[in-house]
Amino acid sequence: MAHDVQHYNLDQKFDFRAGTKKAIMTVLGIGAALLVLGIILAMTGGGHHEEGAEAAGHAFHWYERLYANLWINNVYFTGISIVGVFFFAIQYAAQAGWSAPITRVMLSLGNWLPIAFVLMIVTFFVANHDLFHWTHSYLFDKSSPEYDSIIDGKGAFFYWPMEKGSFPIFYIARMIIFFGFWVFFFKKFQKISAQEDQLGGNSHWFKMRSWSAYFLVFFAVSSSISAWDWVMSIDTHWFSTLFGWYVFASWFVAGLSAMTLLTIFLRGQGYLEMVNENHIHDLGKFVFGFSIFWTYLWFSQFLLIYYANIPEETVYFIERLESDIYGGFIFVNILMNFVLPFLVLMTRDAKRHGIFLKVVCTLLIVGHWVDFFLMVQPGTLGHNGGLGLMEVGMLLVYGSSMALVVLSSLAKGNLVPKNHPMLEESYHHHI
Amino acid sequence: MERDTHFILGVYEDEDVLLHAVKEVRTSGVKIHEVYSPYPVHGLEHVLGYKRSRLPIAAFLFGMLGTTLALTMQFYMMRFDWPMIIGGKDFAAFPDFIPVTFELTVLLAAFGMVGVFMISSNLKPWAQPRIFDVRSTDDKHIMAIDIANNGALEIEKIKEILKSSGATEINNKSFEE
Repeated sequence: MAHDVQHYNLDQKFDFRAGTKKAIMTVLGIGAALLVLGIILAMTGGGHHEEGAEAAGHAFHWYERLYANLWINNVYFTGISIVGVFFFAIQYAAQAGWSAPITRVMLSLGNWLPIAFVLMIVTFFVANHDLFHWTHSYLFDKSSPEYDSIIDGKGAFFYWPMEKGSFPIFYIARMIIFFGFWVFFFKKFQKISAQEDQLGGNSHWFKMRSWSAYFLVFFAVSSSISAWDWVMSIDTHWFSTLFGWYVFASWFVAGLSAMTLLTIFLRGQGYLEMVNENHIHDLGKFVFGFSIFWTYLWFSQFLLIYYANIPEETVYFIERLESDIYGGFIFVNILMNFVLPFLVLMTRDAKRHGIFLKVVCTLLIVGHWVDFFLMVQPGTLGHNGGLGLMEVGMLLVYGSSMALVVLSSLAKGNLVPKNHPMLEESYHHHI
Repeated sequence: MERDTHFILGVYEDEDVLLHAVKEVRTSGVKIHEVYSPYPVHGLEHVLGYKRSRLPIAAFLFGMLGTTLALTMQFYMMRFDWPMIIGGKDFAAFPDFIPVTFELTVLLAAFGMVGVFMISSNLKPWAQPRIFDVRSTDDKHIMAIDIANNGALEIEKIKEILKSSGATEINNKSFEE
C-alpha cells in the first residue's frame, strides 16, 4: 500500500495572522462596548422592575445581572473547553484512527480551562449571595424566621465538614479538585503529544490511551457533579436526577460544534490538508447525533416532570414557561438545538459540505448558550432577567477571548501529530 | 411470456483484479449487467458507477408518514373519540403524544425501508433468482454482461476484453424465463 505521508506537510504550524487577530479583537471590542452599554442601561433604567422587587422584600441591583451573565458564560465556556479534552480522550480510548490529524484541534480547546477556573472561583466569591440562594447562613439557623428545613437537609453537600451556613468548603474543594484534575490531565495529554512529535514510536500512543481511560473515569463523575454544583444548586429546592447528563449533553454539542468550526476554519486557511470531506462528515454526524441526544435528555426531563405533576418539581418549568421573559426562549431553545440541526444536517451532503456545517454549528453554539441562559437566569434574576445588551455583549466577550486563547495556543506547536501511529489510517478514511 | 437472455460471464479470483477489471471493461465501452461477489467489495459500487441509493428518501417519507399517523391517531382518540382526563391534563396533551409519535416514526421508517428495499431488489418469496454461477457464493467474483445490451459489440470482442482484464474463465450463460 502506498504511503501518503510524504504528500502532506506535517510540520505545518498555524500562523495566527494579524488580520484574523484583528477580526477577533473587533468582535471582542463590540462585545465589550455592548456590555458596557448594557451595564449603563441597567444602572440608570429598569426602575419599573425595582418597584415590584422592593415590594417583595428584595431590592434588585444591576450588578446581579452582571454576575448571572458571568456565571452563564463561566459554566458554558468551561464546558466547551473540557469537552475538547474529553473528545480527545475518547479518540484514544476508542482507538479511533480517522481523527488522528485533528486531535490537536480538539485538545486546543482545553487551553481555556485555567482561565475559566480563575474566572469561576473569583465570580463565586464575589457574587455568591446573588447567585446561590444556599449561601445565606440564615437558612440554616433554626431560630431564624427564614429557616429552611429542605435546604438545611441538603446543607452538608456544600458545607461539610464545617458548620452549615459558614464557609462552603466542600463546594469549593470540589471546584478546585475538578479543575485541578482537568488541567492536570490536559497538560499531561499535551506533554505526551509533544513528546510523540519529538521521539515517535508507538509507546506514546499507548501511554495516552491509559491516561485517557483514567481521565474518562474521572470525567464521568466530575462532569455530573459539576453540573449539580454550578447549575442545579441555583434552584436549591429543586432537583432532577438526570441534570448532570443534560448539562453534559449541552456542553458536548457546543464543544463538538466548536471543534467542527475550528477544523473548517483551519482547512479554509490552507491547513490540515489531509482532512477531507470524509472527516468533516464524521464530525457532522457527531453534531447531528448528539443534538438528538440532547433533545432526548431535555425531553426526558420535561416529560416526567410534566406527567408526574409534583409541585416541587414542576416549579422549575412553571418559572420558565409561564414567564413573559423566558417562556419564548424554551421554544427558541428547542428550535435552535433540535429542529434546525435535525432537518438541516439530515442529508449526507449537508454533513460533507462546510457551508451547512458552518451555519448549523454557529447556531448551535448560540443555541446552547440560550440553554444555559435558561438554566441560570430564572433562578438567579427571576423577572429582572432577560436577553439584553449585557447578555449579547458578555457572550461575545467570552467567545472571542476563548478564540484568542485557543488560536494562539495552536500557533505554538505543530498542527498535526506527525508521529501519530494512526495517521496513515486517517488518510485512507473513506465513508 | 418466454424470453431468452444470454450472458457472458467473466470469472475473477481476486478483488483487486476485479476492481481494475471493472474500470477497464467499462472504459472499453462494454456495459456490465451486474457483478456478483461472495462478500461486499469496498468501492465496487463506486467503480461500477452506481448512483447513490435513494433509500434514505424513502425512509424519510415513511418516517413522516409515521409521525403524521401517530399524531392524528392520538389526537382523534384522545380529543374526539373517547376523551378522558388523565393526570389532570388536557384531552389533547401534546407532550404525552411524543413517545408514541417517536416510536411510530421509527417503526414506519424501518418497516418502510425494509419493504422498499425488498421490492426494489426483487426479494419477494416467490421470485426465481438468476443463479449465474454458484461459485459466487464461495470464492469467485462473477461479472455478468448482457449480450442484448451490447448489440454493437462482437461477442468475441467482449470475451477478448474480459480475458485481457484478468478474468480466469469466460463462460456463457442463458436463462429461459
